[in-house]
Amino acid sequence: MKGPAINWEALSPFVALTAGACIVLLAGLARSRGVRRGAVPVLTLLTIAVTAGLAVWQWDIREAIVAKALMVDDLTLTLLLVFLAGAAAAVLLSWRSEASEEAGEGEYYALLLMSVLGMAVLVAANDLVVLFIGFELLSIPLYVLCATHMRREQSLESGLKYLIIGSVGSATLLYGLAFLYGAAGGTSFDALAAAGSRIADDVLFLTGVALVMVGLAFKASVAPFHQWTPDVYEGAPTPITGFMAVATKAAAFGVILRLFDVALVSAATTWAPAFATLAVITIVVGNVGAIGQSSLKRLLAYSSVAQAGYMLAGVVVTTRLGVAATVFYLAIYVVMNLAAFAVIVAREREAGVGDDISSLYGLGRSRPWLAWPMTISMLALAGFPATAGFFGKIYLINAAVDNGYAWLGIVIVVGSAVSLAYYLRVIAAVWMRAPSETPAPLVAGRARPLIAGGSAEADAEARAAGVAPGAGAGARLRQPEVVFVAVVCALVTIVFGLYPQPLFDVARDAGNAIVSLI
Amino acid sequence: MTLHLTILVFFPAVCGLLAAFNPRWVGLIAAFVPLAYAVAMVADFDVAGGLQFVTDDKWIPALGIRYKLGVDGLSLWLVLLTTVIAFASMLWLAVRQPSDRPGLFTFHLLLGETAVLGAFVAQDLALFVLFFDLMLVPFYFLVGQWGGENRIPAALKMVIYTLVGSLLMLAGAVATAVLTASNSGHDLSFVLSDLVANPLPAGTQKWIFFTFALAFLIKMPSFPFHGWMPDAYRTMPLPALAFFSGVVSKVAAYGFLRLVLPLFPAAVESFHTWFLVLAVISILYGSVQAFTQTNARLILGYSSVAQLGFITLGIFAIDAAAQGAQGALLQAINHGLVVAPLFFVIALLAERAEGSEDIRDYGGIAFRAPVLTVLFLITALATLAMPGSANFAGEFLILLGTFSSVQAIAFVAALGVILASVYALRFYFRSMHYRVGAQVQSFELSLRDGLVLVPLVLAILAFALYPQLALQSGEEAVKTTVQAVSR
Repeated sequence: MKGPAINWEALSPFVALTAGACIVLLAGLARSRGVRRGAVPVLTLLTIAVTAGLAVWQWDIREAIVAKALMVDDLTLTLLLVFLAGAAAAVLLSWRSEASEEAGEGEYYALLLMSVLGMAVLVAANDLVVLFIGFELLSIPLYVLCATHMRREQSLESGLKYLIIGSVGSATLLYGLAFLYGAAGGTSFDALAAAGSRIADDVLFLTGVALVMVGLAFKASVAPFHQWTPDVYEGAPTPITGFMAVATKAAAFGVILRLFDVALVSAATTWAPAFATLAVITIVVGNVGAIGQSSLKRLLAYSSVAQAGYMLAGVVVTTRLGVAATVFYLAIYVVMNLAAFAVIVAREREAGVGDDISSLYGLGRSRPWLAWPMTISMLALAGFPATAGFFGKIYLINAAVDNGYAWLGIVIVVGSAVSLAYYLRVIAAVWMRAPSETPAPLVAGRARPLIAGGSAEADAEARAAGVAPGAGAGARLRQPEVVFVAVVCALVTIVFGLYPQPLFDVARDAGNAIVSLI
Repeated sequence: MTLHLTILVFFPAVCGLLAAFNPRWVGLIAAFVPLAYAVAMVADFDVAGGLQFVTDDKWIPALGIRYKLGVDGLSLWLVLLTTVIAFASMLWLAVRQPSDRPGLFTFHLLLGETAVLGAFVAQDLALFVLFFDLMLVPFYFLVGQWGGENRIPAALKMVIYTLVGSLLMLAGAVATAVLTASNSGHDLSFVLSDLVANPLPAGTQKWIFFTFALAFLIKMPSFPFHGWMPDAYRTMPLPALAFFSGVVSKVAAYGFLRLVLPLFPAAVESFHTWFLVLAVISILYGSVQAFTQTNARLILGYSSVAQLGFITLGIFAIDAAAQGAQGALLQAINHGLVVAPLFFVIALLAERAEGSEDIRDYGGIAFRAPVLTVLFLITALATLAMPGSANFAGEFLILLGTFSSVQAIAFVAALGVILASVYALRFYFRSMHYRVGAQVQSFELSLRDGLVLVPLVLAILAFALYPQLALQSGEEAVKTTVQAVSR
């Protein structure tokens, strides 16, 4: 018996990621600390670069490979590049972090690559079973990564919380997938789409759609399934938070786009109003929730909820334009957020007040290279012109109005208006507050041994790696890679704000990949 | 296809990036080049030529957004006004550098100039919205970083208030383009001439009209959307405020003429009476507030509410001869020209009264400062539309237009002319004459301050003699705009 014919060229990005993850894991076993701290991240970056190269090489392909289990097309490849950008930034931000060291460098970076692989499989999935495999492959490494900062109580709490809530989400999703299979009699998306009109008002089918919607809404932090987001984001090591905020979100939206716009498109009249309602709730909950936050990571968590609401508008309209608008927004969403997370990482290490908003006080005066990226990121998230966020919003509103959802466009802009209240608060902290208003650093308590380690030597090591007690807000650490991430992301935000056409072309290719839509 | 307008618009901001090295000279050069350009453009302008100096290039084909800039009779003089006021502000900054981060201050002000110029010359709806929203960013930073008391809440309030309007306008703009494309069967296009050629059905026009009108009424500000104005005016640094009050509010008036009237004629026709009523309330409310306030900045702020009420009145008069709109355009220029020097005068008065900006602390400043007094008097008389001033011509045309449109409203609005003399003269007399205030230490206008103030006052005088210049070049464009509605 012969196995299915496999187009290895189309599969190459997946192979590269898997191989890279194994090599990184093995390299992490090296005894030399220098190899672990130096070579492992470099190998990870190399894997990312090779995968990105392969993805670009395979551009404009449209082929269902491995017995039609994986759909490799421009949508998959575009989103893969988005995940890789998020992962590359996460590697750079983790370079000197305590989290990656405590987790043993190899495991940390290998898990990161595995998670990217899971995302790639998820958005390429053309079959319900593959979808679930991708979903779990993405989630399980992240549960671990959230808890890697083992000396911080919140990190463990965050990992555990994510595990529990994530499992509920996975279970719901799996249950829903089972219903879909039961109704359609096949697991491939093609079978689902073919069965489409026959089962469109089958109760079994509709129950399945609803449960799948809920399961994916958990992952995309769509309200009211978003409650885990602020807690997990706050507790996880900041580079991982940044990665989750951008890449997981992109993966969740990728699979929503493919599943709903390809497999379930025949039931669009049923699920589109439900998603539209969820979008409105999400926009309101996210924006209102963010207003009172003083922790920057919680603030960005709620902001990511709100942004998920905007992007849902692109899903609701079920047109290629909507897909393109969502992909466009996802791409710029990555750079806008990473700039902010890079600045938070830098300030966490320097200021000693964690990710509190007061860590940014006076930044405009003392650290312009961090202040401007933060400012640009916030302006872009709020949708100000001359940043990419402006065109992202225009494109989404355009897609919404184009298919008769003008009211959803209005909801988006009203949400953006509310969001100013918190984005501008961050900008005010950067430029308009004096560093003297910063509360005393909370150095004590951060080196508290919890379950792992706990020896005196380990504590001393942690203290040396972190902030020296009493260093205060003025301390400057040499962390060029973090500043680099912030500045590059901010620059990309501005460049796409002035000349977005290349990104529009990519997004349109991705949208055209969904041939079932008009 | 010319580069002129691109240079005009972007020179200030790009040059401003260098302001960290030498804020004084970079600021002056960055503001002088556009001024020279604008003067040359006015000289070179062909009155019967329609849209001129056009730049039309593809920018974002995916969205049908083109990089189209152009100047016509509506925008020509407003461009000149912007460059004049910006240069005056830069001159003021050059002689009085802020002690804290002058480079950044200069950069933000220049970015503001770029945004305003961009909004005036944009011939593409999305481009206009982009510049219109961009205008807010530098002023947020200027208020928040260099403002006085309560600067952070005031800055936040200003941004949220005005951006609520602008964001709704963004949705409205996208809806206009998308619905026009689907109605007419053409490709998606944001270019104004394409949109004007294919008007939307009346029902659609109405809801989109409100998103635009709200944005512009907030920006002006007009009663009852002026809530952000007192806080922002009280705390904004003066050189920025002179530019903001003199020019930024005019973009809103211009927006009505450029976008609202041509794009939504049916909606304007059905709602214009309501806007006339709103304008009259603005005039009366602003005037009454202006003569009860004691803070000099707020007197000017509320007087601006009243003046912009006049401008709104002229725009929505929609009279057959388009006299109201012509008056409105003239008055927009006049108001910018008088309000900017008045803000500089406030700074000079405050210097003579231990920094107070309350007119109760002033008095008797005239005795030792005759030149300053003369300059102040000329500006104040222009503000109250003394016959012979260009403001008189402007208000006269506005009232004439309103009279031939809705008589009753013209009668009530004429009260505003009287009230203007009350608040302008009260401000002038309380400061310059009366008993010498306890904290007043008057001295003559210094040469360097005269350098800023005298040319502005000369411009007012020159314009009083030749308001025809602006009227003639604007006449054709205004008439086409208004008659599209009344047709």
